[in-house]
Amino acid sequence: MTEPSEHIVSAKLYWFIWLVLIVGTVVTALVARVDLGTFHGIDANTVVALLIATFKASVVVLIFMHVKYTHEQMVKPLLIGAVCWLLLLLILSLTDYSSRFAG
Amino acid sequence: MSDSHTIGEAPLAVEHADRPELRHHFADVEQQRNAATLGMWWFLGTEIMFFGGMFCAYLIYRRWYFPEFAAASRSLSLPIGTFNTTVLICSSLTVAMSVRAAQLGNRKMQVRMLLLTLVFGLAFLGIKTKEWSDKYREHHIPTFDYNVVGGEGDLIQENKHLLGIDKVENDPVKLRAREAEIQQHTKVFYSLYFALTGMHAIHMLIGVGLFGVVTWMAHKGRFTPEYHTPLEIAGLYWHFVDIVWIYLFPLLYLIDRKPIS
Amino acid sequence: MATTAVSVEKKNYINAEYGIRSWLFTTDHKRIALLYIISITAMFFIGGFFALLIRLELLTPAGDLLTADMYNKAFSMHGQIMVFFFLVPSIPATLGNFLIPMMVGAKDLAFPRINLLSWYIYIAAAALYLWCLASGGVDTGWTFYTPFSSQFSNTHVVEAALAIFIAGFSSILTGLNFVVTVHRMRAPGMTWSRLPLFVWSHYATSIIMLLGTPVIAITLVLVALERTLNLGIFDPTRGGDPVLFQHLFWFYSHPAVYIMILPSMAVISEIVPCFSRKRVFGYNFVAMSSIAIAAIGFLVWAHHMFVAGISVYAALVFSFLTFLVAVPSAIKVFNWTATMYKGSVSFSTPMLYAMGFIGLFTIGGLTGVFLGTLGVDVHVHDTYFVIAHFHYVMVGGAVLGFLGGMHFWWPKISGRMYPESWGRLAAIIVFIGFNLTFFPQFILGYVGMPRRYWDYSHMPEWQALNVLSTAGASILAVGYLLPMVYLLWSLRYGKPAPDNPWQATGLEWRTASPPPTFNFDEIPEVTWEAYEYEKMPLPEEVTLER
Repeated sequence: MTEPSEHIVSAKLYWFIWLVLIVGTVVTALVARVDLGTFHGIDANTVVALLIATFKASVVVLIFMHVKYTHEQMVKPLLIGAVCWLLLLLILSLTDYSSRFAG
Repeated sequence: MSDSHTIGEAPLAVEHADRPELRHHFADVEQQRNAATLGMWWFLGTEIMFFGGMFCAYLIYRRWYFPEFAAASRSLSLPIGTFNTTVLICSSLTVAMSVRAAQLGNRKMQVRMLLLTLVFGLAFLGIKTKEWSDKYREHHIPTFDYNVVGGEGDLIQENKHLLGIDKVENDPVKLRAREAEIQQHTKVFYSLYFALTGMHAIHMLIGVGLFGVVTWMAHKGRFTPEYHTPLEIAGLYWHFVDIVWIYLFPLLYLIDRKPIS
Repeated sequence: MATTAVSVEKKNYINAEYGIRSWLFTTDHKRIALLYIISITAMFFIGGFFALLIRLELLTPAGDLLTADMYNKAFSMHGQIMVFFFLVPSIPATLGNFLIPMMVGAKDLAFPRINLLSWYIYIAAAALYLWCLASGGVDTGWTFYTPFSSQFSNTHVVEAALAIFIAGFSSILTGLNFVVTVHRMRAPGMTWSRLPLFVWSHYATSIIMLLGTPVIAITLVLVALERTLNLGIFDPTRGGDPVLFQHLFWFYSHPAVYIMILPSMAVISEIVPCFSRKRVFGYNFVAMSSIAIAAIGFLVWAHHMFVAGISVYAALVFSFLTFLVAVPSAIKVFNWTATMYKGSVSFSTPMLYAMGFIGLFTIGGLTGVFLGTLGVDVHVHDTYFVIAHFHYVMVGGAVLGFLGGMHFWWPKISGRMYPESWGRLAAIIVFIGFNLTFFPQFILGYVGMPRRYWDYSHMPEWQALNVLSTAGASILAVGYLLPMVYLLWSLRYGKPAPDNPWQATGLEWRTASPPPTFNFDEIPEVTWEAYEYEKMPLPEEVTLER
C-alpha cells in the first residue's frame, strides 16, 4: 500500500533555486550590455548568454522537475537524447549552410 | 513451459476497490505513476523537437542576416522581457511548491500555490500582449503595414553602424537598395519572433487551462501524498514551457545589446 | 446438445459488449485496432484510386485523360494519402495496437484512453483531408516544396497541411503509448531480451515517431503561416530560403520511411521463425539493428536534396551517412535468411508474403544505395527510378508485411481461419502484379523518364514499358481485392480458429482466439526465451478443434 517514499525537496532549496534563477536572469540582461568581444570568431556575448540559459534550464530540470531525485532511469538518457537529436538537426543542417556561398 | 506463480485477479480487485484512481490495467499505483511520468517526459521530448524545428530556422537566418536580426532584436523591450522572464520563474517556484504541498498533504497550500501559478501565468500572457501591441503600433508585425524604414518603428536611425548604413548614406541608389534589404531581412526576424513567441504563448495558454483543471482537483481534495499524479505531470509541462522561454529570452532579446559608442 | 471444445458463447473482446457506443467509446486496444483497420483500409483504397488515375493516364504518351493540373493533384494526393494516412499508421496502429500489450504480457497499453484519442485524432485528420480533397484537392506533390506550396499554388494547401499536422499527433500519441508500455507494462519475467522482435521493431518505430513527427508538424505550421500571412521566410525574393523548408521537411520524412518499414520488418521477424520452425538467427543483432536503423535514419535526410542547391560538401557528408544506414537493414535480411536455412520451411500465406518481402525489400534497399550515391543520383533524381525504388520498399516491403501480418494474426484477431488456398493465390498475384508494375519503372527512370510528368509525347518509345506497368497495376489491384473478399467471408464462414493454429511462440498465442477483453485470464510469468521453436509441436500434429 505504501510506495517507496518520494523525495520531498525542502522549501528552502526551492527558494534558493528561485533566487539563483532570478539572479541568472538579471546577470544575463546586464552582461548583454557589456562587449565581451569574440572567442575564436564566435560572438562571446551569445556564448555567455546561452551558457547561463543552459545552467538555468539544468537547474529547473534537476530540482524543480525532480530529475536529481528520481528513481526513473529513463529520464536522464531521454532528455539528453532529445537535446542531442535537436543538435543533430542543427549541426547537420549547418554542414550545408556553412559551406555554401561566402556570404 | 511453466507458468507457476501468477498474479491472480482477486488481490487486484481488492486493491482497485480501495484505490478508485488506480486504473484496471495497472498492477499498483506506483506503476501507474511511473507510466504517467514517463509518458509526460516522452511528450516533453517531442516538444523539444517541435520548438527545435523553429529554433533551427531561426538560427540559420540569424547567421545569414546577423546585423538586421540584431537591429530588430534591439527594438524589443529589454526591461519588459527581463521582467517577464522573472514572472515565469516565479510561476515555476509556485508550481514546485504546490507539488511539495501535495506531497505533504497540505490542501490549503496546494490551492494557494496553484492559484498563484495561474496569476503568474496570466500575468506573463498579459505582458506579452502588451509587447505585441507595441510591435503592432511600431509596424513590426509582418502583414500588418510592416515597415522599419522611417515612421514609428524605424530601425535605421539608431542602428546606422550596425546595419552598414553609414557606409552607403551618401549614395542614394545604394542606400535605397540597402534599406530594401533591411526591410526584408528584419521581416524574417519578426516572422520568426512571432512564430516562436506565439507558439510559446499557445503552450502557456494550454498550461493555464491544464492548471485550471488541476487547481479545481486540488480544491476538491483529490490529491494525497500517495496520489497527486495529475499535478506532478502538469507541473512537468509547466516547467518545460518555462525552460523554452529561458532560451527564447537570450536568443530573441539579446542578440546584440552592446551600447552604441 | 453437442459438446464442443470451442464454446460459442465464450466471452471475447468482440462479443463482450454490443452496440456502436461500446465500440466508439472503447478503451480496449484490440477494439481500437479494429477501428483503425477499417479506417486505414478505407484511406488505402482512396489513395489507390488516385494511383489508378495516374496509371491510366500514363497508358498513352499524350496527356489525354486528365488535365495537367488534375494530374498534379492525382499524384500529390496519392502520395499524401498513402504516406500519411495509410503507411505511417498502418501496422503500428493496427497490428501494433492489437498485439503489443499481449506480447509483453499486459492487460492493455499504458494509456488506453489516449489510444482511443489517437484514433479520433486520425479520423479528424482524415476528415479534414477528405474535405480538402472534395474542395478541389492539392497539387504540390506529397512533398509540399516551397515556394510553390507557400505562395504560388492555387489549391487547398493549408487544409492539406493542417490535416497532416493533426494526423501527426495521432502518430505521436501511438508512439508514446508503445514506448511507455514496453518500459513499464511487461509481465514478470519478460525481460528486454525475451521480447519478441516485433516489439523491438515497434519500439524503434515509436522513437522515430516521437522525435521526428514534431519537426514536420512545425514545418507545416510555418508553411500554413507563410501562405496565409504572406511572410516570405521560404521565398528567395524576400530573403527566404526554400531549401530550408526541404531540410526541415526531410528531417522527418526520411525517418518516416523507417516508420513505414520497421513495423513490416517486425512482422517478418515473427513469421519467418514460425514457418521455419527455428529460432531467429542472431536475435541480438536483429533487435539492435532496429534501434540502429532508427538512429542512423535521422542522419541521412539531405540525400533527397542532392540537386536542390545544398553545398557539395554537405552532399558528400550525407551520401556517406546514407551508405551507413543500409548496414543494419542488410543485417536483418541476412538474419532472416539464416533463420530459414536448414529450417523446416512451409509455404503458408504469411510465409509467402514474408519471402516476397525479403526479396523485394532487398531490391528496394539496394536501389536506395544507388540513389544515395551522389554521382548516380544526379542522373536519376526525379525520374521513375526513384519511384520504382520507393515503391519496392513501401509496397514490396511495407504493404507485403502488412498483408502477411494480417493473415498471420487473422485467426487471433477474428477467431476464424481464412481459406489458405485463396490466401496463397492472392499472395502470388500480388507478387506478380507488383513486379510487373514497378520493375519497368526502374528501366524507365534509367532511360530518363521524369516523375510527375503527365505527358511524355516527346518520347513515345516509353509507352511500351508504361503499358506493362499499368497492366501490372491491374493485376496488383486484383491481388489487393481478393483478401478483402475472403477475409470478410471468413468472418462468417471461416473455420473457427484454435488458440494457436500455427504453433507459434509468443504470449499472444497462449490466450484464446479471439482473446478476452483483458487479454489473459491470468497474467503469465515468463521463464522462457523468445522463439523456442525447438520445444513447439508442429502445426499438423495439433488436432484442430471444431
